[in-house]
Amino acid sequence: MNHTEIPDDMYREHILELYKSPSNFGELEKANHEATEHNTICGDEITVQLLTENEIVKEAKFSGSGCVISMVASSLLTDKIKGMKISEVLKLNQKDILKLMGIKVTPARIKCALLPLEAAKRALE
Amino acid sequence: MELNEKSVKKLKEDFPIFKNNPGLVYLDNAATSQRPSIVIRALVDFYEKENANASRGVYTLAEKATERYAEARKVVANFIGANPNEIIFTRNATEGLNLLSYTLTSIIPQGKNEILLTEMEHHSNLVPWKQLAKSEGFKLKFVKVKNDFTLDMDDLKEKLTEKTAIVSVTHVSNVLGTINPVEEISRLGKEKGALVIIDGAQSAPSLKTDVKKIACDFFVFSSHKILGPGGIGVLYGRIELLEKMKPFNFGGGMIKKVTLSETEFTSPPERFEAGTQNIAEAIALAESIKYLEKIGLDNIHDWEIELVNYALKKLKEIEGIEIYGPSENKVGIISFNLKDIHPHDVASLLNDSGIAIRAGHHCAMPLMNRLGVVGTCRASFYIYNTLEDVDALVEALKKVMEKFGK
Ligand SMILES: Cc1ncc(COP(=O)(O)O)c(C=O)c1O
Repeated sequence: MNHTEIPDDMYREHILELYKSPSNFGELEKANHEATEHNTICGDEITVQLLTENEIVKEAKFSGSGCVISMVASSLLTDKIKGMKISEVLKLNQKDILKLMGIKVTPARIKCALLPLEAAKRALE
Repeated sequence: MELNEKSVKKLKEDFPIFKNNPGLVYLDNAATSQRPSIVIRALVDFYEKENANASRGVYTLAEKATERYAEARKVVANFIGANPNEIIFTRNATEGLNLLSYTLTSIIPQGKNEILLTEMEHHSNLVPWKQLAKSEGFKLKFVKVKNDFTLDMDDLKEKLTEKTAIVSVTHVSNVLGTINPVEEISRLGKEKGALVIIDGAQSAPSLKTDVKKIACDFFVFSSHKILGPGGIGVLYGRIELLEKMKPFNFGGGMIKKVTLSETEFTSPPERFEAGTQNIAEAIALAESIKYLEKIGLDNIHDWEIELVNYALKKLKEIEGIEIYGPSENKVGIISFNLKDIHPHDVASLLNDSGIAIRAGHHCAMPLMNRLGVVGTCRASFYIYNTLEDVDALVEALKKVMEKFGK
């Protein structure tokens, strides 16, 4: 029996790289929207801060702590929504996040991937 | 039967789950155990050959079902050193604790208004008491956990007072694996006239239980953690107390006489088992107990200790691992974290290697706060685990470290 092989599924190289050096990690000096979401199952906590102007997201940053999946999703999402209309951000869904990440996320971890999107939407609502 | 690498591999064949999931390294036994075919068979047999409602019919099948249910109660009673009329079948350990939280107020003397718990309780032995505290004005106190992951008994002695109505403590921590000194806790609790409850969810699987020796008033455990079916658990209560307590649920099977204006309740244990019971599950639970007793609880505990000591030795070789648990007086549970890697990432990566461990707060959030972590990884062993399983775990953890560039 050989159990030591770890197939690269969720934890592909590009994901781990991004985890080690995420974009937009930190706090905005001027933000007009902010929300924090928790995942009570694993203790993850992500805060998304946004600066909007004329219904458009100008700046986006995130802070907090979490697993690889939630941190990477936060990094990718904050990149993606910069320049997007608020109404478009509110329309983003699970499929969009998974497409951004380019990996399959197991059902137990979907909540981690969606944490930053939930925070962003709540911040904008 | 002595358990060793060879006998365990043979015994593992009794568990169909491993045939159906080749390569599965199951290390989440503190969450739930797997079931041997003899237990699964018992469920099927009852439904195929003997199904009827217990305690109600006069026809042969119903009488037989009644008899089998009563026999199961005897097996359970014998398993923990109780009398059959002191055994109440519940849904699980959680329901046993809830039953107590609903009914104990009927026997708590005036002037006693404190409940003493510990920082290492499972939410099942915390939330019901918090509710009771809220609705009935009880004050909750918590015994501290020391840095060596054992209970602070000096703190317990200090917090136990004449006002303590209930002391409810876990026998074994589901996170740390610590075995608490329940005999001493019972004695101290009794000295102050408190009711003593022991949560045996994690001790029943591998520690020989004798409720009379512990001298507690109540003891709860779940079938599904001791190879038995789901949906059934056990509450032991000292008969003198059960006789004074009010029912928890009301309905059929728990009354002596009903008129439109009055209801007279039956004696325990039926008083606390309103409605149709889990007959097949009780019978199958008795089978799981017989299976464990045939191997011997002491042999099971010895094997767990061998596995856990072997695992600790190998895990300590991993640089950056933090282990949470006492060095002795423990069961086959190890909690740990890999430096700067989220427990859920560890568990997900281990899953890719066919290894099932638990990650998170393990329904013990106050203990996570005490440890200063958001969660831990937890590997927990049982009778079918081998030293090879430990090797697989350690190898996979090393790969995880590599993957994260550590
Ligand atoms: C210490 C402890 N108490 C209580 C429980 C609750 O058991 P159940 O979910 O079967 O009611 C558990 C289960 O994980 C436990 O570990």
